[in-house]
Amino acid sequence: MYVAVKGGEAAIEQAHRLLADRRRGDRAVPALSLEQIAGQLSLAVDRVMAEGSLYDPDLAAMAVRQSRGDLIEAIFLLRAYRTTLPRFGYSRPIDTSRMQIERRVSATYKDIPGGQLLGPTFDYTHRLIDPAMATDEEVAAPQRQPRRERESCPRVMDILNDEGLIEPDGQSDSEPADLTRDPTDYPAARDLRLQALARGDEGFLLSLGYSTQRGYGRTHPFVGEIRVGLVEVEVEMPELGFAISIGRIRITECQMVSQFKNTDGEGPRFTRGYGLVFGQSERKAMAMSLVDRALRADEFGEQRMAPAQDEEFVLEHCDNVQATGFVEHLKLPHYVDFQAELDLLRLLRREDAERAESQEAAE
Amino acid sequence: MTTSPILSVRALEKRYGTFIGCTDVSFDLWPGEVLAIVGESGSGKTTLLNCISGRLDRSSGQVLYRMRDGRFPDLDDLSEAERRFLMRTDWGFVHQNPADGLRMRVSAGANVGERLMAVGERHYGEIRHTATEWLSRVEIAAERIDDQPVAFSGGMRQRLQIARNLVTRPRLIFMDEPTGGLDVSVQARVLDLLRSLVSELDLAVIIVTHDLAVARLLSQRMIVMKSGRVVESGLTDRVLDDPRHPYTQLLVASIPES
Amino acid sequence: MTLPSYNFAYLDEQTKRMIRRAILKAIAIPGYQVPFASREMPMPYGWGTGGVQVTAAILGPDDVLKVIDQGADDTTNAVSIRSFFAKTAGVATTTRMPDATIVQTRHRIPETPLKAGQIIVYQVPIPEPLRFLEPRETETRLMHGLEEYGLVHVKLYEDIAQHGHIATTYAYPVKVEDRYVMDPSPIPKFDNPKMHNSPALQLFGAGREKRIYALPPFTKVVSLDFEDHPFSVQRFDAPCALCNARGVYLDEVVTDDRGGRMFVCSDTDHCETRRAEGHSPEPAAHDVTETV
Repeated sequence: MYVAVKGGEAAIEQAHRLLADRRRGDRAVPALSLEQIAGQLSLAVDRVMAEGSLYDPDLAAMAVRQSRGDLIEAIFLLRAYRTTLPRFGYSRPIDTSRMQIERRVSATYKDIPGGQLLGPTFDYTHRLIDPAMATDEEVAAPQRQPRRERESCPRVMDILNDEGLIEPDGQSDSEPADLTRDPTDYPAARDLRLQALARGDEGFLLSLGYSTQRGYGRTHPFVGEIRVGLVEVEVEMPELGFAISIGRIRITECQMVSQFKNTDGEGPRFTRGYGLVFGQSERKAMAMSLVDRALRADEFGEQRMAPAQDEEFVLEHCDNVQATGFVEHLKLPHYVDFQAELDLLRLLRREDAERAESQEAAE
Repeated sequence: MTTSPILSVRALEKRYGTFIGCTDVSFDLWPGEVLAIVGESGSGKTTLLNCISGRLDRSSGQVLYRMRDGRFPDLDDLSEAERRFLMRTDWGFVHQNPADGLRMRVSAGANVGERLMAVGERHYGEIRHTATEWLSRVEIAAERIDDQPVAFSGGMRQRLQIARNLVTRPRLIFMDEPTGGLDVSVQARVLDLLRSLVSELDLAVIIVTHDLAVARLLSQRMIVMKSGRVVESGLTDRVLDDPRHPYTQLLVASIPES
Repeated sequence: MTLPSYNFAYLDEQTKRMIRRAILKAIAIPGYQVPFASREMPMPYGWGTGGVQVTAAILGPDDVLKVIDQGADDTTNAVSIRSFFAKTAGVATTTRMPDATIVQTRHRIPETPLKAGQIIVYQVPIPEPLRFLEPRETETRLMHGLEEYGLVHVKLYEDIAQHGHIATTYAYPVKVEDRYVMDPSPIPKFDNPKMHNSPALQLFGAGREKRIYALPPFTKVVSLDFEDHPFSVQRFDAPCALCNARGVYLDEVVTDDRGGRMFVCSDTDHCETRRAEGHSPEPAAHDVTETV
């Protein structure tokens, strides 16, 4: 028996050696630098940070390299690291109205104060493979505008809210839930749901959001506003009596103007779906806001019939680290259980054969 | 008395592989007649009802239906379009659980009006007027017309389902344990309503029930089923007062004297 | 390493033939949704892949293409699609309605009436008008086949019962030639009457949902309603603040964060043409924009 285990150890060791070899690839080709990954595969790094739920571009770049580009694997690496970190404080809520905007679009108004800003987007590119990508051609520097100081970029939701056309943002002084620290309880409140969605798998949320558009829990969405850019992270300093900025992070925020309702006696008004993601990922932020709104079905007296409206279904299955773990665990040994099944099956087959024989004999 | 039946069932059988759902069932139903199919759960009575009403494919046998134009075709020989048209005009189906027969998130008025709109009614005011009338016939207050069935009690939902079925003046109604899901106190009111509507509208009804008291109250004739077969049939009073088959005797003996 | 190259109007000729067959079938059965083998396109699903495939399949070297989105030629997606065909097919493009042979549109029908010989191609996100009443495709196809459209009126009934009037404002369902209920794509219901008896050929392409449908010239198109709640279109109180046009569809533009608004033509070509002809805002209308 020990021989088998030792054989396994050796096999694993050899496998990992082989993995490292494959990861490095042709030694004649220079190795990827972290700067290259963080700088040129930055959206992959963003996704790893978002679903890894840790804002650290360098670590995320390392994880991408280590995982050979398998992003769920990289997310796993980051999560496994994150969980070991001590907590020394909590930031104040970030203020996206003070964002240094790199991109900002609204589908509800043609023009808005502060303007629409396309920014670095794939939108309107034609998906034609560019021969230039096979070489290292010179890339023109972008046109830069000086930051217009103090230009007002009001959030579209605030414009609607000022007119009373949309439900106000939820206000709460209670401490937000944290599913990494507390077991999840159902029904879950919106803060916990949003946390789960922010960490959730982009593909899973995308499909769920898509399903709501196709009639499985329709929410009648309009993109009120998507904004991408840098926000300050501030921490209260009790010793100082005020908050100081400890750095800036890039985030994507999506505010979805959704089906109007008249449920709280304030007259009919639009409702909100909200998405917030580390880094630049509109797809994730938009999908998240669709699912957030769909999950609020009970709040608005909507019948919960579709998967995207089923809180337990969504929250229990949106985490790709959990999902990949459990699916892939099926390749682990199940010798014992399988053996039991085999025994039973053989018994049933034997009895079946005996019955057939005795029947023949009787005839 | 009309001399020709509205429905004829001949040698009907439904098999699930080797398992028999129901077999060798034959009977006629006359216009305005209420027929009860009784038996314990698993006796095949709901399978039989679903086969007759076209909700389930039968394995063999015939189900003939008298159309309004006098034809008497086997339902299997009708096109899907004709069958669906029958189901939403000439027939009704009252489910045990009202949620199966209602649109729970659509107003009571629209639930009643849907069949009218399906057959081409295009005047909102008239649809609403007819819906109001039917709500009052099933004792639902007119001011509840814009409320959704989710806000209704079980008894109200069942009465709404009945109104939704009757609005197109059907000739044949199928009922599957129509009071089975209701509290005893509510059952009596629904039964009473059913009885008066059935006689007012001269409806032919096939009602499936395990409750002999319901059969006694509503039906003129009954069929007793056991293990997918008819073990006894006849006038309701005769079967209940003088059961001949030992199984029927057992069923009758098991209910308290009324 | 071989680098990719592309055919005239991007799609290969086999694919174009397949799409043309679907279009011909759609024209033969007005309002009926013809399934087709929609291709991956170099722009995302939901951004006009259906319309782009239809246009690519019917486009010839002599065509003059106009592309609008929300009525405007200068919106980003319209610009993007127009330049896509300019690049992949080398066809002439225009913003002027009279010059166009093919108009691809998202969400509007131009104010300038379509004329015989023109083709308008609609980009369609959800081609199934019954989808939000019944999510399953198997069931909706059966409903179309059997002409079971009672449910559509249940929705309209509920609108009236709850809101006092029909609350559908865009993608307003129509009945085509007294047979098929059809989704006109998310055009405002304001544009619905323009579909009826149009001398132009109208084609509808839904890429993600893999459906093509059509209205041949002079097809009867009726917006669904009740006798006592007849279909009606949006009306605007004030004329366009730029060209003073009335009876056209207007966009609301937020001018500041203090409640300032102005209303201007959604059809930019129509508006520019009118301004070039000397139309200008009335003083009264101008005041409205100067509330700040």
